[in-house]
Amino acid sequence: MKLTLKIWRQKNSSDKGGFATYPVDHVSKDMSFLEMLDVLNEELTEKGEDPVHFDHDCREGICGMCSLYINGKPHGPLQTTTCQLHMRSFNDGETITIEPWRAKAFPVVKDLVVDREAFDRIIQAGGYVNVNTGGVPDANEIPVAKTIADLAMDAAQCIGCGACVAACKNASAMLFTSAKVSQLALLPQGQVERKTRAEKMVAQMDAEGFGACTNTGACEAECPKGISITNIARMNREYFSAVMSSDNV
Amino acid sequence: MAEKWTKHKFNSKLVNPANKRKYDVIVVGTGLAGASAAASLAELGYNVKAFTFHDSPRRAHSIAAQGGINAAKNYQNDGDSIFRLFYDTIKGGDYRAREANVYRLAEVSVKIIDQCVAQGVPFAREYGGLLANRSFGGAQVSRTFYARGQTGQQLLLGAYSALSRQVATGKVRLYPRTEMMDVVMIDGHARGIVTRNLITGAVETHAAHAVLLCTGGYGNVFFLSTNAMGCNVTAAWRAHKRGAYFANPCFTQIHPTCIPVSGDHQSKLTLMSESLRNDGRVWVPATKENAEKLRKGQIKVSDLKEEDRDYFLERKYPSFGNLVPRDVASRNAKYVCDEGRGVNETGEAVFLDFRDAIKRDGKQVIEQKYGNLFDMYKQITGEDPYEVPMMIYPAVHYTMGGLWVDYNLMTTIPGLYSLGEANFSDHGANRLGASALMQGLADGYFVVPYTIGDYLAQTPPKKVDESHPEFAKVAQEVKARINRLLTINGKKTVDHFHKKLGKIMWNHCGMARTAEGLKQAKAEIQELRKEFWADVKVLGTNEELNLSLEKAHRVADFLELGELMVDDALNRDESCGGHFREEYQTPEGEALRDDENFAYVAAWKYMGEGQAEELNKEPLVFENVKLTQRSYK
Repeated sequence: MKLTLKIWRQKNSSDKGGFATYPVDHVSKDMSFLEMLDVLNEELTEKGEDPVHFDHDCREGICGMCSLYINGKPHGPLQTTTCQLHMRSFNDGETITIEPWRAKAFPVVKDLVVDREAFDRIIQAGGYVNVNTGGVPDANEIPVAKTIADLAMDAAQCIGCGACVAACKNASAMLFTSAKVSQLALLPQGQVERKTRAEKMVAQMDAEGFGACTNTGACEAECPKGISITNIARMNREYFSAVMSSDNV
Repeated sequence: MAEKWTKHKFNSKLVNPANKRKYDVIVVGTGLAGASAAASLAELGYNVKAFTFHDSPRRAHSIAAQGGINAAKNYQNDGDSIFRLFYDTIKGGDYRAREANVYRLAEVSVKIIDQCVAQGVPFAREYGGLLANRSFGGAQVSRTFYARGQTGQQLLLGAYSALSRQVATGKVRLYPRTEMMDVVMIDGHARGIVTRNLITGAVETHAAHAVLLCTGGYGNVFFLSTNAMGCNVTAAWRAHKRGAYFANPCFTQIHPTCIPVSGDHQSKLTLMSESLRNDGRVWVPATKENAEKLRKGQIKVSDLKEEDRDYFLERKYPSFGNLVPRDVASRNAKYVCDEGRGVNETGEAVFLDFRDAIKRDGKQVIEQKYGNLFDMYKQITGEDPYEVPMMIYPAVHYTMGGLWVDYNLMTTIPGLYSLGEANFSDHGANRLGASALMQGLADGYFVVPYTIGDYLAQTPPKKVDESHPEFAKVAQEVKARINRLLTINGKKTVDHFHKKLGKIMWNHCGMARTAEGLKQAKAEIQELRKEFWADVKVLGTNEELNLSLEKAHRVADFLELGELMVDDALNRDESCGGHFREEYQTPEGEALRDDENFAYVAAWKYMGEGQAEELNKEPLVFENVKLTQRSYK
């Protein structure tokens, strides 16, 4: 396959940046999208040009490190991570536009690499159960209904890639935040801090500059792990019942 | 043995609660071992600095572990016990691990599950609400806890949440996108590290009373492996060059169920969880002729009748069948492919077939158990495993070798600890499935928080000062190395060297090794290393995000480690676990150990640039198990 790549290049966070165009040939349909970029980078390096910087690591679709806005969609045309996207999803001769995640809370570091530490700070605000190591009850002491455990697991599958934010016209982080709030609100272990958790995580989300949710559902449609927007509904419920009855935030 | 850990904990010195805040601890790496250690130490009151080269601790490669985590809970009432888990692990490791360490691992395994459940890890459950288990290779009981096919992810996110909680309290200071470049020693003790900020290139120094390396394994020395792209040996190797012994470097695990290689562009290999072997049956065509026709597309899989199929694991190992340990499964896949009975265009693959399981349990049940794995397979290969059998082939997956540590997990450098895959301690010559997660979390949650106190209690709490000249000196050495890499201005890319090294290692120090091949590999690696330092092309500057500079550092270290692995494999004139020397095998082709001469840990000491490393032997004494020829028949 022969392709034309239009890639966002930006030297650093203060650089203005712009698109550069690269032709690539010898692309095989079995390559993953990132392997195609590896080939481009090898060619650029051999020519003495700075390779295109992009985040990636496990290449198994689970670490959440890879990103890329491909032809106007986070992680490209399929509902998967970019590392699991293969070139068989594209046509010979196609022009592919590649951009970084665009969101105020995710500043560009270089080229296609963005800073997603805002997500870490949302978790630090309350995305945990306050237990120390040791001194916990036996694992089978508290039964959890299978249906509840399954729902919690559905939410817990979030990989923190940020596609939901990138897909949202408001750059909202509601899907990400609600996935963690839901997981812990569903499980008995999360009950004690249920209210404060919802309040604190939402407050941090707002402080980071993520937008509001206007229920377009773009996040769910683009989430590579299929996290459902029912979680957002659950978080809204958690949040409102918390602010009605607590004096925390 | 059963009381050793309890007695040891009692005999260890303690740091009193008010004094803990006077001690600083550095944790490098934030995977299962690092995150759990950093969180637990901060909870105790120590001041922790945690470093990761990722943008977030949640990216560590522990996240990719699929199948599960072992624990001797005996919830299934099927005869499991701490002793049985200990026994299975020692035997699975082909009697090349320390009894006491392994026993402790089995002992604390039960607490890990309690801890994770308390954190809100959504393990799989039965309808009655209690935890579900499945069985795994190398065991005849069901003791593996799991969260769909994403157990590593859920456990890591649990440890990450505990770490995040401590970041919020201010007891842990987190340094993302920061890579450790060297260890700083003062008066023979580890007292800090030198790091490079991956975004600004700033070389910085950090002082502490103790340093923990939780930096994972070195499987990427083979270029193609199931490791993440960023996994590397640099932190461990830098420590090694400062005096920490490196133990059993040749013990690498080749995982039997990976998606086969498809072409030269390939950047990594994808693992399919071993749990698939619970229901999938491994086979190849019984005859070479049929295998060839299949490869050429002249016949289809469905054309092969039952008698045309050779379920070689079930045939050779009737009692364990498809659930033999990883090394045995991998080696047998290699044998049938070497015989010309492999499938896939390359001839380097065997089938993993779910036809019978789907017939028995229904598609829905199989989908519930393995749905995400089947989807992943389809995504990568374009084939639907519900319809046609999967194709799998062994790939490098885990490294049992690593920094030598004592019972306290301290390396030969006082004050320098190593946890998780980065150390060598618990898996001997072969790791059983679902034991890596167990070891990472055991080390971090339940071992090091006790053992570090013993060292710190004997260390004066006086602040370690970064103005000590040793910090400036090491920082200068790091800068000089960066500068050297940037000024070679050669012609070949870093990946060019990495790929070449990977080929040498896979061909000569992979699934099967010979003295002759290893000697050849040694010469080739030395040559390649010379070429690297003369002709590598590293673009850009230090003062920016520079992926080729990052990678150049890591590959330079792999080029040194590779030679030590070869030396170690050459020294070990026996076959055990993942280390298979063709010269030493039973008539049936099983690994033939030499307990009289090789029941030891090979701990290598760095002797300086260009010098042969010195071999130190730690004898392995077995008082509680009888050494037998490992049999899974």
